[in-house]
Amino acid sequence: MSKTILPLVLGAAMGVAATSASATTLEDVKAKGFVQCGVSQGLPGFSNPDAQGNWTGIDVDYCRAVAAAIFDDPSAVNFTPLSAKERFTALQSGEVDILSRNTTWTMSRDSQLGLNFAGVNYYDGQGFMVRKDLGVTSALELSGASVCTNTGTTTELNVADYFRANNMPYEIVAFEKADEVVAAYDAGRCDVYTTDASGLYAQRLKLTNPGDHMVLPEIISKEPLGPVVRQGDDEWFNIAKWTLNAMINAEELGVTSENVDEMMSSDNPSVKRLLGVEGAFGEGIGLTNDFGARILKHVGNYGETFDANVGPDTPLGIARGINALWTKGGILYAPPVR
Amino acid sequence: MAVLEQDTAATPARASLMNDPKIRGIFYQVLLVAFLVLSGWFIVSNTIVNLERQNIASGFGFLDNTAGFGIIQTLVPYAETSSYGQALFAGFLNTLLVAVVGIALATVLGFVAGIARLSPNWVISQIAYWYVEILRNVPLLLQIFFWYFAVLRAVPGKRDKWSLFDTFHLNIGGLRAPKPLFESGSDIVFYALLAAIAATVFIARWARKRQEATGQQFPSLLTGFGLILGLPLITFFVMGMPIGLEHPVFNETGPMLQRGFQLNVGINVIPEFLALTVALAIYTSAFIAEIVRAGIQAVSHGQTEAAHALGLRQGPTLRLVIIPQAMRVIIPPLTSQYLNLTKNSSLAVAIAFPDLVSVGGTVLNQTGQAIEVIAVWMMVYLSLSLLTSMFMNWYNQRMALVER
Repeated sequence: MSKTILPLVLGAAMGVAATSASATTLEDVKAKGFVQCGVSQGLPGFSNPDAQGNWTGIDVDYCRAVAAAIFDDPSAVNFTPLSAKERFTALQSGEVDILSRNTTWTMSRDSQLGLNFAGVNYYDGQGFMVRKDLGVTSALELSGASVCTNTGTTTELNVADYFRANNMPYEIVAFEKADEVVAAYDAGRCDVYTTDASGLYAQRLKLTNPGDHMVLPEIISKEPLGPVVRQGDDEWFNIAKWTLNAMINAEELGVTSENVDEMMSSDNPSVKRLLGVEGAFGEGIGLTNDFGARILKHVGNYGETFDANVGPDTPLGIARGINALWTKGGILYAPPVR
Repeated sequence: MAVLEQDTAATPARASLMNDPKIRGIFYQVLLVAFLVLSGWFIVSNTIVNLERQNIASGFGFLDNTAGFGIIQTLVPYAETSSYGQALFAGFLNTLLVAVVGIALATVLGFVAGIARLSPNWVISQIAYWYVEILRNVPLLLQIFFWYFAVLRAVPGKRDKWSLFDTFHLNIGGLRAPKPLFESGSDIVFYALLAAIAATVFIARWARKRQEATGQQFPSLLTGFGLILGLPLITFFVMGMPIGLEHPVFNETGPMLQRGFQLNVGINVIPEFLALTVALAIYTSAFIAEIVRAGIQAVSHGQTEAAHALGLRQGPTLRLVIIPQAMRVIIPPLTSQYLNLTKNSSLAVAIAFPDLVSVGGTVLNQTGQAIEVIAVWMMVYLSLSLLTSMFMNWYNQRMALVER
């Protein structure tokens, strides 16, 4: 009996090796009919499931934009919640097709982990949150504090650098999941909670009395957050890059989810190229020419997703600040579609 | 011999090699080994090819790079400038610490609960019964969360404390205790302690031999206590008290952040360690209690009756007749519980205790070298478990009944 099984098993093993080596990410995604997107385990404004299990946030909207560009259907996306620690392994091993999980673009991640960052969808920086009754007004007064944070993040390294550079003793309590950091900070285990400033505003909403806590003015690091793909698949990398660029360019050109149909007949050549009325830019990245129009119809431009998820009118209430377009005093700048 | 020769002669020579059970057996075994080697080679080569294709660094060279992150509790000197290898080593020692303290606590609690379960006193046996049933039926992770998050909220905050004898203090920042400071001359006290231990072992051996030969008893337990406690104490005073105590400093005034206990003064047992060790010890003790009960009940009642008939009282009966026999039944499953506790300590990551898995996870994330870090994890837990098994097997052999 084993004589008949053995070649089958070996053959199957070789077959698996052959398929996993050849197909591109785009082919795989098209074959299964959806994009597998790695997100956080719950960070309001960025990627957070609601009571019905629907994901929302700017990182989630980006994934929906990728799905819209490929399938003309923003719901053709499945989300995988990942901890900070699991995220790169999940992407490297092919468990997710794209990682859109408030991930900082650093040189070591870009070069040594076999990853490519497709751009920046939120310029962030690391901050500190403390209880107001501590009477602390600057991070330089935090000598001797115990600090709660997440493991496996750049924050853990930045906080070590910052306290060392300012010659302040400290004690680090590093948790695996953000919810546990919040719980421990809320219980008073730590004096300070540190993570990206946007994250602090988001997590503050989960505390018992959000009003008792304040974010200190110091921003101690550069944290450009953006979507990530595996290295070695340029076609997929291009799709990731130009989905983001299309969203940013659309805001600059004034194209929104509401006026996209009228804009199709716009005289502006830049708008025509973005929406695929003119030129064959979509085909250049392996998609259809109307990929920009699809993204805008289903998801909207960058400014729309920012306002809907983290902007001043949301519970997070974050101002555009440096995340405004370069034409409006920010540093958001996308290469042109041409 | 004649029969054998006749037998071989009767077998049709080489007629059906295929049907020779021995040859067939070898053939299938060779096939199996070849398959295992092939699949192993396939996995390794496929991994290497994939790593290279995705441009992911590999190898253990990263262990020498600077770690750059802090660890809240280390048993060896560690700073942010230390290497990843040193970080992993510090994590390994933390795992070891939890395992050793947890095993010791679990064993004591387990034996007490196991014996209490057999108590003729209804209240005591019922308490032990519910202790076991509740603790072994609630998932360990929940118990860890209970001890960390529920109990942690019940103790005073950072600017407040509960004190015992004005020496031990507990608050949400941990359990503070005075730290011994070793001045010159303190090494002599250590030598005195070592000498006392050696003398105690020697006396115990001599006392047993004498008892076996003459039947006379010697209070070796009491003598040992006196020696181990007394000798270092006398040396301590003779040397002019070379060991001082550094008490934790508690500030009640000043800026709010600077109030409470100061960092790095005295000993601080962090709450993450307390919660993890207590949860592991209590959870495992419930299983040990059942093992102890089974072991004692495995010794037939006739043994007790025989001991009583020989005139032994209740205490010596238990100590000299029942427990030595029960140990033979207890030790093998006890070993499994020790191994479980060691491996369960990896749940530390849930409550921020920097054990091997927690620190390794950080290293993995900073370097991205998942395969190497996971290999380190597996090697360490495997070695720890094998060492524990080896020790317990050796102990089991010593305790085994020597058939005469």
